Amino acid sequence: MANFIAAKIPEGPLEKKWQNYKDQAKLVSPNNRKKLEVIVIGTGLSGASAAASLAEMGYQVKSFCFQDSPRRAHSVAAQGGVNAMKNYKNDGDSVQRMFFDTLKGGDFRAREANTYRLAQCSAALIDQAVAQGVPFAREYSGYLSNRSFGGVQVSRTFYARGQTGQQLLLGAYQALLRQQAKGKVKIFNRHEMLELVCENNTAKGIITRNLVSGKIERHAAHAVIIASGGFGKIYYLSTLAMGCNASAIWRAHKKGALMANPSWTQFHPTSLPQSGSYQSKLTLMSESLRNDGRIWVPKNKKDARNPNEIPESDRDYYLERKYPSYGNLAPRDIASRAAKEQIDNGFGVGELKNAVYLDFAKAIKDLGKTTIQKRYGNLFDMYEKITGINAFKEPMKISPSAHFSMGGLWVDYDLQTSIAGLFAIGEANFSDHGANRLGANSLLQACVDGYYILPYTLQNYLATQIDKPKPATHSQTFIDAEERVKTQLQTYLNTNGTKTPDEYHKELGKLLYDYCGLSRSRKGLTFVIKEIQRLREEFKTNLLVLGDTNQINSELEKAGRIADYFELAELMCLDALNREESCGTHFREEYQSDEGEAVRNDNDYAYTAAWEWTGNPSQPELHKEKLVFKNVSLSTRSYI
Amino acid sequence: MPMKLQLKIWRQKNSDDLGKFNTYELKDLNPAMSFLEMLDTLNLQLIKNKEEPVEFDHDCREGICGQCGVMINGIAHGEPKNITTCQLHLREFKDGDTIVIEPFRAKAFPVLKDLKVDRSAFDTLIASGGYIGVETGQAPEANTTPIPQEIAEQAFDAAACIGCGACVATCKNESAALFVGAKISHLASLPQGKAEREKRVLNMVNRMDELKFGHCTNTEACQVECPQDISVLHIAKLNYEYLRAKFKK
Amino acid sequence: MAITGLFLCLFLVIHLLGNFQLLLPEDEAQLQYNAYSAFLSGNILVKIIAYVLYISIILHSIDAIYLSFKSRKSKKTRYRYDARKRASKWYSRQMMLLGVILFAFLVIHFYDFWYPFKFGELPLDQQGNKDLYQLVIASFQNIGYVGWYSVAILALFFHLLHGFFSAFRSLGLYHPYYAQIIKLIGVIFSLLMCIGYLGIPIYIFISS
Repeated sequence: MANFIAAKIPEGPLEKKWQNYKDQAKLVSPNNRKKLEVIVIGTGLSGASAAASLAEMGYQVKSFCFQDSPRRAHSVAAQGGVNAMKNYKNDGDSVQRMFFDTLKGGDFRAREANTYRLAQCSAALIDQAVAQGVPFAREYSGYLSNRSFGGVQVSRTFYARGQTGQQLLLGAYQALLRQQAKGKVKIFNRHEMLELVCENNTAKGIITRNLVSGKIERHAAHAVIIASGGFGKIYYLSTLAMGCNASAIWRAHKKGALMANPSWTQFHPTSLPQSGSYQSKLTLMSESLRNDGRIWVPKNKKDARNPNEIPESDRDYYLERKYPSYGNLAPRDIASRAAKEQIDNGFGVGELKNAVYLDFAKAIKDLGKTTIQKRYGNLFDMYEKITGINAFKEPMKISPSAHFSMGGLWVDYDLQTSIAGLFAIGEANFSDHGANRLGANSLLQACVDGYYILPYTLQNYLATQIDKPKPATHSQTFIDAEERVKTQLQTYLNTNGTKTPDEYHKELGKLLYDYCGLSRSRKGLTFVIKEIQRLREEFKTNLLVLGDTNQINSELEKAGRIADYFELAELMCLDALNREESCGTHFREEYQSDEGEAVRNDNDYAYTAAWEWTGNPSQPELHKEKLVFKNVSLSTRSYI
Repeated sequence: MPMKLQLKIWRQKNSDDLGKFNTYELKDLNPAMSFLEMLDTLNLQLIKNKEEPVEFDHDCREGICGQCGVMINGIAHGEPKNITTCQLHLREFKDGDTIVIEPFRAKAFPVLKDLKVDRSAFDTLIASGGYIGVETGQAPEANTTPIPQEIAEQAFDAAACIGCGACVATCKNESAALFVGAKISHLASLPQGKAEREKRVLNMVNRMDELKFGHCTNTEACQVECPQDISVLHIAKLNYEYLRAKFKK
Repeated sequence: MAITGLFLCLFLVIHLLGNFQLLLPEDEAQLQYNAYSAFLSGNILVKIIAYVLYISIILHSIDAIYLSFKSRKSKKTRYRYDARKRASKWYSRQMMLLGVILFAFLVIHFYDFWYPFKFGELPLDQQGNKDLYQLVIASFQNIGYVGWYSVAILALFFHLLHGFFSAFRSLGLYHPYYAQIIKLIGVIFSLLMCIGYLGIPIYIFISS
């Protein structure tokens, strides 16, 4: 029997909740702020914006990242844009509409109050970014331009060419470094958090490893903020950076922080397919390509002809066939699943039969090569750089790939986890996207969490810490935590087996992709849980890591991350197994209509599944946060 | 068709070690493989033979994070122009080729281990002034100050820098002028960046000297190797801003 | 570097214009050239400019030495295998070498002409001016001298080819259009200087 947990949502009507919260939140006076220390893990959009904003307020901030510079965090790779309710186009946008689009896009599995707040705070973000010097696209008049994105009916996506994430991140990074120069932020690059230190279910600090010297270090603070991003890299092949990992999240989870909806992973439909077993990553091609490209596979499985030689009559434009009104612009989850279905049924194209065609021939014919060049020139160049194929002459080959984790650490309205003083922001938490994230909402959520929400909610917590001294790093809790980390690292080195961390990662990723990826079934999940357990046991006795802990050792870093993935993977499968409905990206084969569409079960599953670590990865405890919808009526998502 | 390659890779235990080249052979490589995946393959082979793998920096592997970067056959990021190391693929090489791989070298970029270098000097440069000093909450409504499209586009051209350090690695003077020039040019061309214009350029140029970056002599090699093809004219803009600030002072 | 360099460019033009007097018919050339030389050495304004010129040369050289000292590489920062040259012009990387050739040339040039003219015993021409003209003509009839002179002027050509536009860049000319124009002017200027300075000795050598 599951326990119910509450999110501490403020009273009042939906549109007043955030204001009410801010009006009543506790404050810390400026002279007290410098006595309070905060640790931020991660320097992506959420981490950098939070660290900079908190330092500007006067708190002492320590900022950690595993990369060689804060600017490398994977927010940098977001291409498409960032949503904001500005209604510059006078096309009927409003906070209410943006809220509804986000909630509906997430298949009504997100918290109303959080989603509404996201829409409310969105406009201010554009102001902030412009003031920082982010060169957003502009009209000839000099006013900001925006476009429609991801199947919504208004234009609310702001963009800086195909590098919006990079430009927003640089804005936050520069603000962060400005505070570093002022001595308010200490930056620890090439540092990885390996343990959360807790006393009485309250976060007191972290243990880190200096990835250059190998030194294990203790850091204490009045609050710890996890902004370590998503864990889609668990599938090995994904659009994420090689270093993206779940370790910060997972080690917090093992200290008592609940994990919410861990199995909800968005698969991006337009990334490049795998070309061989050596492959390390699947590059994302902007979704905007689907505005003019047509997706198809040959009608005949054995058709080995060059795509240009396959006549129209032998092609199956399956998205246009199945979803006549949305066609190639169907939402990400639907487009991805449809592609997987074609590939699984043997219609895939390419050497490994693992892709579908994205064809621009018609668009080039209708609009002219110049227009297409202007719209997608840089994407076509990128495609050619990677594959050596000119997409003006031959259709692109694309396939779905793991992209965004809607799940993450469970947080309440304050973005505080179930551990006091431990907050999670950005992709690391679960809160705003429900079961499927709308395009261009991820940059928004990361920024809004860091710039506008956490500074208020964290302060509300820190106000209770003013009279408490900073935890001492020489306490027994810290000493024990450091010892555990050292022992664990030594264990990886001592195992001296035959398989490398990457080999295990690839195997695990493949299992997850096949059984807990785009579609899931009870049978498959039950099977894969056993497989994961088996592989995890093998990992413990057969891992091969060379070198020592006192120097740069990438393999050692990977070993720790994979060990965490093995436990998280099982939780993802248990979560997917528990949810006996299909919603958003979570597609359970048993719960589909006759037409193959997702069937949601609002009576039994309108809740957030928040899992508690019990010490045994196979037996987590389920807590439920009931999702109450007072302001919208739950409709069935239909894109037919 | 599978490829065979010989790799001569710089191995250096730590920043104090003198370092040397080691030669490795790789067989059965797929030409569609990326350069970094080739290094992954090598490392797997090394580990299986109980040899320490080659350390190299990399992260996004799609050309935007700027973390990867090595000298490949004596050229920063390899033979194709305006590319990152992760975007380089083996089809650019011939079966049987020997590839020499060295870390980026500069006084300001000490080698940490093998092909990994410390580029935190770039962060120090940005911290010395590469920002607009607006704090969260201060920003006015975004459309109060229209910015002509061409100015926004110019600013973007400069802002596109990924901070990989190829410009410094390839410069015979180890100058960071392109990196700093791009940031100065980006911020100085926007109305929001005008207030701190003089202070910014003076501080950043001074810091550049302190960090042991060399002087720019306009050989223009940096733009050729820059993954974002950032124009050397941003260096001229840096000089303009610097002289302007000096005169104003 | 840029300011002294551009000042030296200006001087090159003036010096060349003066030298063109060597191409006049022989008698006329001798008188006019010697008179011109005498005028230059006597005029106070010219003297001041001359000192500015000497200072420019020295500053330009010191600056160059300082810059190359700063970019000197230790063993740790030198590439063992280096193919970076594909990305830039050889002369843009060899400004120091070209500069050293030019400096050596200047020293010899001063020793050959300036020193005898200023301090040495030279025969006088009809108007009683020191006959620098004969000294110059005699030098330019020597194939070895013309050869060395040509090498130096070629060095000058490449030095200017990079130095001219580079100076403008260093002074902050960032406008794409004008930067392009200056690059073009730089090429033309370098060519003109090269043709001018090479033309005179070759003409004298051939016509003698």
